[in-house]
Amino acid sequence: MTEEAAGARPVGNKGAPPSLLTRYGSQMGIIGVGFAMWLAFVIAAPRVFTDLDIYRAFAETTPLFGIVALSLTFVVITGEIDLSFPSVMALGTGAFCLVTYYGGAPWWVGLIVGLGTGAACGLLNGLLVASLNIPSLVITIGTQFLFRGLELVLMNGTGVPLLADKYPQMHALLREPAFGVPVQTLWMVGILIVEWVLLNRTQFGAHVFLVGDNQISARLMGVNAGRVKIKAFVLVGVTAVFCGMLSSIYGYYFWPSTGDGSLLNTIASVFLGGTSVFGGTGSVVGTFVASFIIGAINAGIVSAGVNAFYTQLAFGLVIVVSVVLQTIIDRRIRRQSVTGQ
Amino acid sequence: MTIEASLAEPAKSDAGGPPVIELRHVSKTFGEVRALSGVDFLVNRGEIVGLLGDNGSGKSTLVKVVMGFYQPDAGGEIYFHGEHIDNWSVARARGLGIETVYQERALCEKQPIWRNMFMGRELRTRLGLLDVERMRNECARLMSEHMGFTSAAVHPNNVVATMSGGEKQGVAITRALYFEAELVILDEPTMGLSLSETRKTLDFVGNIKKAGKSAIFIDHNIFNVYPVVDRLYVLDRGKLAGVYLRSEITIDELIDRLYRVARTGTMELQS
Repeated sequence: MTEEAAGARPVGNKGAPPSLLTRYGSQMGIIGVGFAMWLAFVIAAPRVFTDLDIYRAFAETTPLFGIVALSLTFVVITGEIDLSFPSVMALGTGAFCLVTYYGGAPWWVGLIVGLGTGAACGLLNGLLVASLNIPSLVITIGTQFLFRGLELVLMNGTGVPLLADKYPQMHALLREPAFGVPVQTLWMVGILIVEWVLLNRTQFGAHVFLVGDNQISARLMGVNAGRVKIKAFVLVGVTAVFCGMLSSIYGYYFWPSTGDGSLLNTIASVFLGGTSVFGGTGSVVGTFVASFIIGAINAGIVSAGVNAFYTQLAFGLVIVVSVVLQTIIDRRIRRQSVTGQ
Repeated sequence: MTIEASLAEPAKSDAGGPPVIELRHVSKTFGEVRALSGVDFLVNRGEIVGLLGDNGSGKSTLVKVVMGFYQPDAGGEIYFHGEHIDNWSVARARGLGIETVYQERALCEKQPIWRNMFMGRELRTRLGLLDVERMRNECARLMSEHMGFTSAAVHPNNVVATMSGGEKQGVAITRALYFEAELVILDEPTMGLSLSETRKTLDFVGNIKKAGKSAIFIDHNIFNVYPVVDRLYVLDRGKLAGVYLRSEITIDELIDRLYRVARTGTMELQS
């Protein structure tokens, strides 16, 4: 369901248009969960959670996976999944390093080559899924290994230092705070706005919902479902590389293992944000808020003095509960469809 | 274009003019299965054409070729207003004014009504962005004026899954008529509808004719098809088994011939 239409009312109801609560209930629910979790953390570790430093840390690190989660929302709404983006993060950033560090090209050339590599990876994923009808769950596991293997071979398994004196422009763009605000979060907010418009105010976004809801109906009405899916995968590829660069510049170093560990956080953010695993409904605003909740779980659990092993447990619970809830909602819609109630 | 504008054009004679759509020697195979075999088919301007045949006769395949979902096999040709058309597709067909009301209704049930109404042909602003407010407003107007929903009963933001079968069909038909539909294809539009909903659907077909537009009407029920069409095509096992002018055949004769065709597969081309 689109963000405007989320939770739309049944036909039999009389009166005015759906209320704000009905239309934005899903997002409000996520914000409510975030607020409740924040309160719990404040109570468990008041000293940590009343200090601005912890929020600065969230604002710097959450976008490192949250930005790609925003794009992954598009792919999931189309009813597909992309598990290869952690490797794309590494491959694209590795391409940037090859061109600039070893090749001596200017930073902006490296940026174009890196993002172009991400687009090419997304294009390959999209073509395999859309043209050959291979399930994305299977093929992107394959390309995950393929892209990671390619990166390790190209980089010979070695890292590259990305210090500010060699890459001043990249540091200014991707690391230095702007107006006292962590630039990573500014990028994430900017990309959220662009992707919200893309999803809710463009024909491509409209077709993302239609293809995920009922691909055959969409095709019967002239929507090129394959092209829509390919574009969504390309979007993930490009933003995955952007996140790879963001995290590498943040750590002053490109590690060949860049992207490892981001898969769970990213997917959890999409599903917790209210995007249906069955496709056809979802929201980038939900993913945005959910990313910060996921980002806070790790730090919050450690700061609250709870064993860090509980982090995995919390992530697992979040994914399982959100998918189960989504399934129940989807079944209710289907049942209403059959009975007409 | 609004429905009023679409239907306001007076009916024009098709005398001398080329057919709206013409298929020449169209075949369609799926692997080993030959769904259509050398079919010739045409619809004139202002004409309602009925398509009859048993399950698996090729009716749905034929209309899916007409609306661009399937490409005909090599050797088959498609003409629109006498002009040969290559690279036939749904988008191309819709762009030329061919709209379809599908047997499966082609709706996305988790989406709001307004999004379904403009599926594939979304209204946009001058900047190229979706004109969501206009689509909602147009949808609300169409729902109250043409689908028989009172303004307070249904909101364009309601998801389609919550509507009844007849209401869903209303969305599919209104959608087909909203755009500059020169030819409306109705593929089993009365399937699963109540008697009153079926009556409404047949009235829609009558309105199409009054407006001088053309239609292809497919239905299992010959008693639905016969009263509203000008000409009837009968398909059997992917082949054309008969073409009849309604004015030249009674419904009893037609039933008799359909029965004979189904039993023997005999070709019986007329008119």
